[in-house]
Amino acid sequence: MSERPSPSNAPALGDAPEARARLVPRWWARYSSTSPITLTVLALVLGVVIGAFIIMLTSAPVLNSWRHSFHHFGSFAGTLKLTFDTVAAAYRAMVTGSILDPTLFFHSLSTGNGWDQTLTPISETLTYATPLVIASIGVGIAFQTGIFNIGANGQAILGAIAGTAVASMIHLPMFLHLPFTLVAGIIGGAVCGMVPGVLKAYTGAHEVIVTLMFNYVVNAILIYALTSTALQLPGQSNDISRNFDSTATLNPLFGTKSGLRVSYGIFVAAAVVVFAVWFLKRSSLGFDFRITGANPNAARASGINPKTIVLAVFLVSGGLSGLAGIVQAASTTHYIDGGFLVGSAGIGFTAITIALLGRLQPIGIVWGSLLFAALGVGGRAMQAATGIPLDLATIIQSVVVLFVASPVLITEIFRLRSGAESFQLANKGWGS
Amino acid sequence: MRVELQGITKRFGSFTANDHIDLVVEPGQIHCLLGENGAGKSTLMNVLFGLLHAEEGQILINGEPVHFDNSGEAVRHGIGMVHQHFMLVPVFTAAENVVLGFEPTKSFNRLDHKTANAKIVELSKKFGLEVDPDAVVETLPVGLQQRVEILKALSHDAELLILDEPTAVLTPQEIDALMEIMRSLARDGKSILFITHKLKEVRAVADVITVIRQGQVIDSVPPTETENQLAALMVGREVNLTVVKESTQLGDVVLELKDVVVRDDRGLAVVNGVCLDVHAGEIVALAGVQGNGQTELAEAIAGLRHVESGTITLRGQDITNHTPREILDAGLGHVPEDRQRDGLVLSMSLADNLVLNTPRRAPFARRGTRNLNAVDANATALVERFDIRTTGIDATAASLSGGNQQKVIVARELARPLTCFMASQPTRGLDVGSIEYVHRQIVNQRNEGLGIFIISSELDEVVALGDRIAVMYAGKVTGIVDPSTSREDIGLLMAGSTMGEHV
Repeated sequence: MSERPSPSNAPALGDAPEARARLVPRWWARYSSTSPITLTVLALVLGVVIGAFIIMLTSAPVLNSWRHSFHHFGSFAGTLKLTFDTVAAAYRAMVTGSILDPTLFFHSLSTGNGWDQTLTPISETLTYATPLVIASIGVGIAFQTGIFNIGANGQAILGAIAGTAVASMIHLPMFLHLPFTLVAGIIGGAVCGMVPGVLKAYTGAHEVIVTLMFNYVVNAILIYALTSTALQLPGQSNDISRNFDSTATLNPLFGTKSGLRVSYGIFVAAAVVVFAVWFLKRSSLGFDFRITGANPNAARASGINPKTIVLAVFLVSGGLSGLAGIVQAASTTHYIDGGFLVGSAGIGFTAITIALLGRLQPIGIVWGSLLFAALGVGGRAMQAATGIPLDLATIIQSVVVLFVASPVLITEIFRLRSGAESFQLANKGWGS
Repeated sequence: MRVELQGITKRFGSFTANDHIDLVVEPGQIHCLLGENGAGKSTLMNVLFGLLHAEEGQILINGEPVHFDNSGEAVRHGIGMVHQHFMLVPVFTAAENVVLGFEPTKSFNRLDHKTANAKIVELSKKFGLEVDPDAVVETLPVGLQQRVEILKALSHDAELLILDEPTAVLTPQEIDALMEIMRSLARDGKSILFITHKLKEVRAVADVITVIRQGQVIDSVPPTETENQLAALMVGREVNLTVVKESTQLGDVVLELKDVVVRDDRGLAVVNGVCLDVHAGEIVALAGVQGNGQTELAEAIAGLRHVESGTITLRGQDITNHTPREILDAGLGHVPEDRQRDGLVLSMSLADNLVLNTPRRAPFARRGTRNLNAVDANATALVERFDIRTTGIDATAASLSGGNQQKVIVARELARPLTCFMASQPTRGLDVGSIEYVHRQIVNQRNEGLGIFIISSELDEVVALGDRIAVMYAGKVTGIVDPSTSREDIGLLMAGSTMGEHV
């Protein structure tokens, strides 16, 4: 940039990069970028920082110590130490509760004992992440096609109902029973997805409204099914289903005795990830999906029938959501009840967030699911160990998503070098 | 008013849009700024009009340095701009539009219609620009809308009028009228900066022509330069503007339209009984001012719009209201009017865009699985054959220039077996070099016996390419003429008179 001054030279655009360069180290300006991964990691950092402040504000001893320091001047060092210790203890509990406790790990390593206890946190995280991965990929594929399937939760529930029926009412050897159960889940979800699909394709109904409302319809169907004689656990008046046959469950990887809950479901999730990567990258139908999502006009002009695509998207997306529902039931409870996927357990809603966090890409979604599962599992461990409410985990999740959704904010806070292409969470609005 | 730009430099990031540009507009002068799309003309004008700020250089008005923070200051200094896309409120009257922002008011801030109308009438008289002050702008023809824009600029006592690509939307007659207005304004001492990439217009009206290329002033020349010389300055190399066509043998009818009626999105029959046929080995060019149903006709042929009545046949096969897929498979090549909207997926790679409408055809896919090696090989071959300038076949379509994007679409369509090739506005927004290239490709295909249907609102293009020229007006073909027909007669057809009355 030339330094030649001139009367009509406007400073507004001219000096901004230089001013910025002075505020941040040069290496940072050079190596930081607005790549999606950088942005997501930084969003997580911000989430943790904001979480730290919330821990401070909700911890009575810390607050009292600060009050004391301000009233009597001095002892700030002690207060800072107490604050730091409190925050560190909370986060330590979160990490050791969701991934691995180093102490236990080295103990197991040296003695060869206690592996079950050592591996429990990571096992729990994987258990929670398994259905999330499947459901989020289902949502992500729909979003990539420009179709906002908000009904993943309902589709998961209907998939679970269908799967439960097969798992508990039919009796077959395992090599048939388990696949039939999973396929029933897929079909249940796909059927549930087809209703909004058909309505959108043939009547132009907006899928957001229909899928969203359908979640409530399915909630009612769940209660109805669970109180029907066919599905209800015999001798019960509660809304609870019969138990799955042992031939229709996704058993723990390390056997039932180990106490580790991580099940063969993770192989189902892995298969879904492989399928999704192949589907989006290599299949003709996936290519049609991506064209339609990126430019519906060009898709039509290229001979792609929009109706076919809408129906196919809801089949695939609904089917995967249904699979997530049945995997959830078959790998953990082995039955479903009236609270299945209701409220904060609604993986279908979390899946929307994770799909966006993972930028609709299968691999990104895997990381997003692991993060959300770890925050959930770790949050519970933190609550048990330090008394800090589980809601902190939810707050961190929310902050991460909030910041990922506003890349400009992250770019400004960390003074990132803005790249030519700015990263967008989803490149489409609500119109369809 | 004498306006001088000294060493204006404007950068966008690492890209220099204007590189030390010097320009002087004398009072009463029609100064023409000639350059290809993307040469930096509009950027320079936006700097002059206060919409952008230059990093270097200064603007002098009558020798005094001035600085504009926004367009309001530019207006106060006597600079008026007529944008390429009109900045008018369609539902307001001409008078309301002219006074917009500086409305004369009565008590309680009520608009004083009488004063507003009087002002327009006075301006109209003074400059000889007749406009009905009470006419609602959206009901006016484009030429008159432009007149309202010019009046609006003049109402702020503009001494320098910037006209940004003003002829793009006009019929030949309207262009003549506009040039008359420009000359008369210049006689009154107004300075005019006229921005265009059309060589004919420049030579007809300009006092001085400044050619800009890649953000730099290449030369200032008198209008006596030949078109070929101007084109060479603009592009930076010798350009052959005349399309050479050998005579060919006419083949069978490949595309036949019979009494085709098509409605637009509002339900109006914008294509109202079009009959036309295209033979193998000829180029039929459909001329007409934008908005006379050509867009809808092209969409109907491609299967993207419902045909109300009539038939469309492709080499004897009825394709009326067939799906786009069936029509593509029947052998219609289609270059859509809006390439970024309908022709490309900008976020996808060049290789994917080159198989956009044949993704399932062998060898690009087998049993639902794409063969990416074949897709890449196809892309490499087409990039080579059609001289697509790109950093690689994995580059996104968005990263290509407009000319290369168009080459991608043309390459994709010509790479598959075709019965008929239809191109809407095939060179819109392209630079001279790309226009030359696309035209040559089209003529080559014709020489090889393909039937070609071109829809264009550029009269130059229609005359250069067409073996027969069909003119469309208000949803009907008003005449089919030989390309040797005078431009005036074609212009009359474009304005709605039928053959019998004037030819």
